[in-house]
Amino acid sequence: MDFIYYFGKILFATGTDVLPILLLIVGFQVLVLRQKIPHLPRLIVGGVYVVFGLALFLAGLDKALFPLGNIMATQLSDPAFLYGPGIIVDQADWKAYGWIYAFAAMIGFATTIAEPSLMAVAFKANEVSAGTISQWGLRITVAIGVAFGISLGTFRIVTGTPLYLYILAGYMIVIVQTLFAPKSIIALAYDSGGVTTSTVTVPLVAALGLGLAGTVPGRNPALDGFGLIAFASLFPIIAVMGYAQLMQWSGQRKLKSTEKK
Amino acid sequence: MIFSIILQKLKSAVTDLMPIVLVIAFFQILVLKQPLPQMGEVLFGALLVVVGLSLFVQGLEMGLFPIGESMAHALAKKGSLFWLLVFAFALGFSTTVAEPALIAVAWEAAEIAGQGGLIDPSQESLKQYAFGLRISVAFSVGLAILIGVLRILRGWPIHYLIIGGYGLVMLMTIFAPKEIIGIAYDAGGVTTSTITVPLVAALGVGLASSIRGRSPLVDGFGLIAFASLLPMIFVMGYGLIIFS
Repeated sequence: MDFIYYFGKILFATGTDVLPILLLIVGFQVLVLRQKIPHLPRLIVGGVYVVFGLALFLAGLDKALFPLGNIMATQLSDPAFLYGPGIIVDQADWKAYGWIYAFAAMIGFATTIAEPSLMAVAFKANEVSAGTISQWGLRITVAIGVAFGISLGTFRIVTGTPLYLYILAGYMIVIVQTLFAPKSIIALAYDSGGVTTSTVTVPLVAALGLGLAGTVPGRNPALDGFGLIAFASLFPIIAVMGYAQLMQWSGQRKLKSTEKK
Repeated sequence: MIFSIILQKLKSAVTDLMPIVLVIAFFQILVLKQPLPQMGEVLFGALLVVVGLSLFVQGLEMGLFPIGESMAHALAKKGSLFWLLVFAFALGFSTTVAEPALIAVAWEAAEIAGQGGLIDPSQESLKQYAFGLRISVAFSVGLAILIGVLRILRGWPIHYLIIGGYGLVMLMTIFAPKEIIGIAYDAGGVTTSTITVPLVAALGVGLASSIRGRSPLVDGFGLIAFASLLPMIFVMGYGLIIFS
């Protein structure tokens, strides 16, 4: 019974998410375009699937995975686990947090693979590139970017170095890569930064960041807890452009070696 | 026939979730050396996630993608730049202003600003601050989609706009109060919800494929990139105005 009430609440929240879009589309069709919507029944069924599917998905995550993820993030960053019981530290030693970096990387990778908006973009990219960009290829590349980004982000929280230095350095890399990357991949690469961080990744990653900033000695959750999401949306851009450059480079090398023969 | 489609969707949903399960099991059993708590509840939740994800993906292909593309085609055919831009702005603004993730982040940001003594810590002024933050983010996302659509129509190269935006972010980082920087950077990531992304992607690709001389791959993508860049600039700008 509790669960039905709880599911109803999530369903309602998803519904409010969709409502403005629905009003906008209907308003435009009726007032501006003045035409019937093609395949209306199919669209309605599809819309209902999206809302119900997303609500079920979120309810399930909330029930099963988020509590576990949160508990694990606190347990892993617990000084008693990291330094051994009974030892009191007032200065964080970044070398002691190896498991945190590993956990951040792995959970970043895993949640990105399960991210529904990335699936949508990968589907579209595969469709318009006539199959050149494979869905799994894009998703795994983006996930590697997120894994590296979040891992580096936890390192930043542990060491307490300023956020903007990392972000500015990341921007520099993106700008340099943009000059050399194949033109057709640039827009998609920029987009993949924004899509990685929605329903699945944000709650888990935010919990990891705030939990870590709360337990590492000398860190303030208000100042140091934020910023992981920024890492998670910057590094996929670098990863996708890097992958495209690698493909281009190896393609050219193959071409050259066949020319020589 | 229908049965095999359902089975296939469920199978791919299980594959999508496998990494999360493996990571959690690995850390729980081998690193933390603790049994999984509440196995029954976890399994029930996992079942919901699998069913939900399969439904969502099916709904994308049936509903969200076709409506996004047919709107894009219809608006392009109508040929009215004004209505296309109004649609773009409204899509960005209306989907962002009610976004639950944004509401949560804005409230958190208000509490931090209140504790830091940057604004008056009374409930009323916190609410006002959080609301202002939400409106500025929603406005910036609307503007971002508008600029992105204009770019597709005119065929401007995306990297000049994005790199220019990065330049602006860097510049504002120097001047913005340091309490708002982390939130501003994060705001870029949380604005694009799971329902907005497919719709915006379909809109961009649909527009690019209905205008002669545009390639869906080169010109159709990029809308989401604007929608995650502009909020950073606006949130820092909001901080500059409010705190000084």
